[in-house]
Amino acid sequence: MVNLGFSIGDLHFKNPVLTASGTFGYGSEFDDFLDVSRLGGIVVKGTTIEPREGNLYPRMAETASGMLNAVGLQNKGIDYFEKNIYPRISGYNTNIIVNINGSYIDDYVALAERINRLEKIPAIELNISCPNVKMGGMAFGTNLDSAREVTRAVRAVYAKKLIVKLSPNVTNVVDFAKVVEEEGADSISLINTLLGMLVDVEKMRPALSTITGGLSGPAIKPIALRMVWQVAKTVRIPVIGIGGIMTTSDALEFFLAGASAVQIGTASFIDPQAPVKILEGIENYLIKKGFSDIKEIIGYINRTT
Amino acid sequence: MAKRIEDLKVIGNKRLNNDFFVLELSGNDKIPDFKPGQFAQVRVDGSPETFLRRPISIHDVDYERNTFKLLIQIAGKGTGALSKLRNGDFLNLIYPLGNSFGLPVENERVLLVGGGCGVAPLLFLGKYLRSNGYIPDILLGFRNSEQIIEFEEYLKIGNVFLTTEDGSKGEKGYVTNHSILLTGRYKRIYCCGPDSMMRAIAGYCKKNNIACEVSLENLMACGIGVCLCCIIDTIKGNLCTCIDGPVFNINELKW
Ligand SMILES: Cc1cc2nc3c(=O)[nH]c(=O)nc-3n(C[C@H](O)[C@H](O)[C@H](O)COP(=O)(O)OP(=O)(O)OC[C@H]3O[C@@H](n4cnc5c(N)ncnc54)[C@H](O)[C@@H]3O)c2cc1C
Ligand SMILES: Cc1cc2nc3c(=O)[nH]c(=O)nc-3n(C[C@H](O)[C@H](O)[C@H](O)COP(=O)(O)O)c2cc1C
Ligand code: FES
Repeated sequence: MVNLGFSIGDLHFKNPVLTASGTFGYGSEFDDFLDVSRLGGIVVKGTTIEPREGNLYPRMAETASGMLNAVGLQNKGIDYFEKNIYPRISGYNTNIIVNINGSYIDDYVALAERINRLEKIPAIELNISCPNVKMGGMAFGTNLDSAREVTRAVRAVYAKKLIVKLSPNVTNVVDFAKVVEEEGADSISLINTLLGMLVDVEKMRPALSTITGGLSGPAIKPIALRMVWQVAKTVRIPVIGIGGIMTTSDALEFFLAGASAVQIGTASFIDPQAPVKILEGIENYLIKKGFSDIKEIIGYINRTT
Repeated sequence: MAKRIEDLKVIGNKRLNNDFFVLELSGNDKIPDFKPGQFAQVRVDGSPETFLRRPISIHDVDYERNTFKLLIQIAGKGTGALSKLRNGDFLNLIYPLGNSFGLPVENERVLLVGGGCGVAPLLFLGKYLRSNGYIPDILLGFRNSEQIIEFEEYLKIGNVFLTTEDGSKGEKGYVTNHSILLTGRYKRIYCCGPDSMMRAIAGYCKKNNIACEVSLENLMACGIGVCLCCIIDTIKGNLCTCIDGPVFNINELKW
């Protein structure tokens, strides 16, 4: 038996494979394909105070080894979540994390307070990195003062585990990691999507209604890995690696570079069983390499180079 | 109906003309009870440029042989790669996905209208209606006589009417110009085709108080209702084409 567990403070995860917000719905959409309770955790769809319709169609474009999305946080709002979705998903035997979003700091604070009361939600992921909304979102995650302020405000009202999700659309991601750690974040997840665009040459216009969108998928993996490595070397809190993880080997790269856990995103669109396949693959790798605990490989490359 | 992810064996790849081909796939397990209008998310392997799955409708089903067919138009890289599959190759599908066309009300005369790759779900729909006691008429629109595909298949289902844009076969013009629509005999129309065709048919149906369902072909990433990329603006707000559709009653749409 290998130990795959990891912890954020006193919150235990049975394994380090989670699913990324906006790519796994509320979990139940995947019931036909896998046992959601096998996963270390699921991060549910980006949630806001009020219901949102998101951006206009077209909001998606395929790119080489990836995709652009400009969904813009379409969701039914926290009331609907609490009443209709929470009861349905709180039966999963895994850590359910809500990804929270807002236009103003007050929105984040109000959401954190609401979710603090939900017994079966042990953590929130503070999304200060959505590139697809006009107000808030990435604006918080690309300005050090705003990142500090929103993290501090949410920390003040939220007693459970606070994960802050960082944007890659900055010059030095490490500065942001330090700031949110200083303000009391319990963990950092990165990366959110990279701002990108695509032009339809036939139609001679941008492929997305919003012109720009967020790039995800294998195309962003080298950048994500570099950023995770930089951040993990710097902070003491656990780092969750996200970005273009399609295979076991991709996930292992993140662990070796210093991530304590990973989130699987776009891969679930191509193979809805990817999260469990990757989980099984990690276990097999550890057995093959003769490790008894995943902790032995976290940040391994930093020890040898 | 539970969704599955499965490798299916290609047991036929028939080229119909320059643009269209039909793939026949054979299930290892018993194939599911498909409903007309449903689709599959098809994995195209081998290139970074066909990263996402491609949504393709269920075209025809043979429960006895445990096989089903996809009718595919070569539109780009993904469908181009699929056209090169050989017998014995395996194709990975997530299926069956989406809702389905509704059955007509008792004794309603129904018309199926299709054009281009939009004819794909109509064959299965036609057969399904036949097996439920309806004899639909079928109106198909093509650019020219060379583009006409599977005409004989439709003849087995009901009366078939044709339009071609150049008048080389059937009536000249678009489906909405066909004289059959002037008879006023249809109480329900099912339509799948290019956006412009579906909008024109929807307009005709609204004006004449005819029940109408259309099957939309929005861009999709996941196909299972999680990415929210495939939305259509409806009177109920944004709905997902992949799970709330692809079939919509035109009264739901803001067309
Ligand atoms: C529910 C549903 C059912 C479908 N059923 C069928 C079917 O039975 N047979 C069939 O041939 N096609 C069907 N389509 C359309 C098919 O999915 C696209 O033609 C295909 O994804 C194009 O892939 P490609 O790699 O060949 O083209 P790409 O190289 O990706 O693009 C080439 C061109 O095709 C257009 N295109 C891409 N995706 C779509 C799309 N979803 N709809 C329309 N045009 C698109 C692009 O705008 C571009 O101009 C269906 C689409 C949906 C949403
Ligand atoms: C369609 C789509 C919707 C997303 N929605 C959210 C969201 O609501 N909140 C969030 O923090 N990240 C969201 N993301 C970003 C992912 O969680 C993840 O950070 C990103 O896609 C990179 O990982 P990947 O390459 O594995 O997909 C979304 C991504 C996609 C593709
Ligand atoms: S294609 Fe992802 S929600 Fe419809």
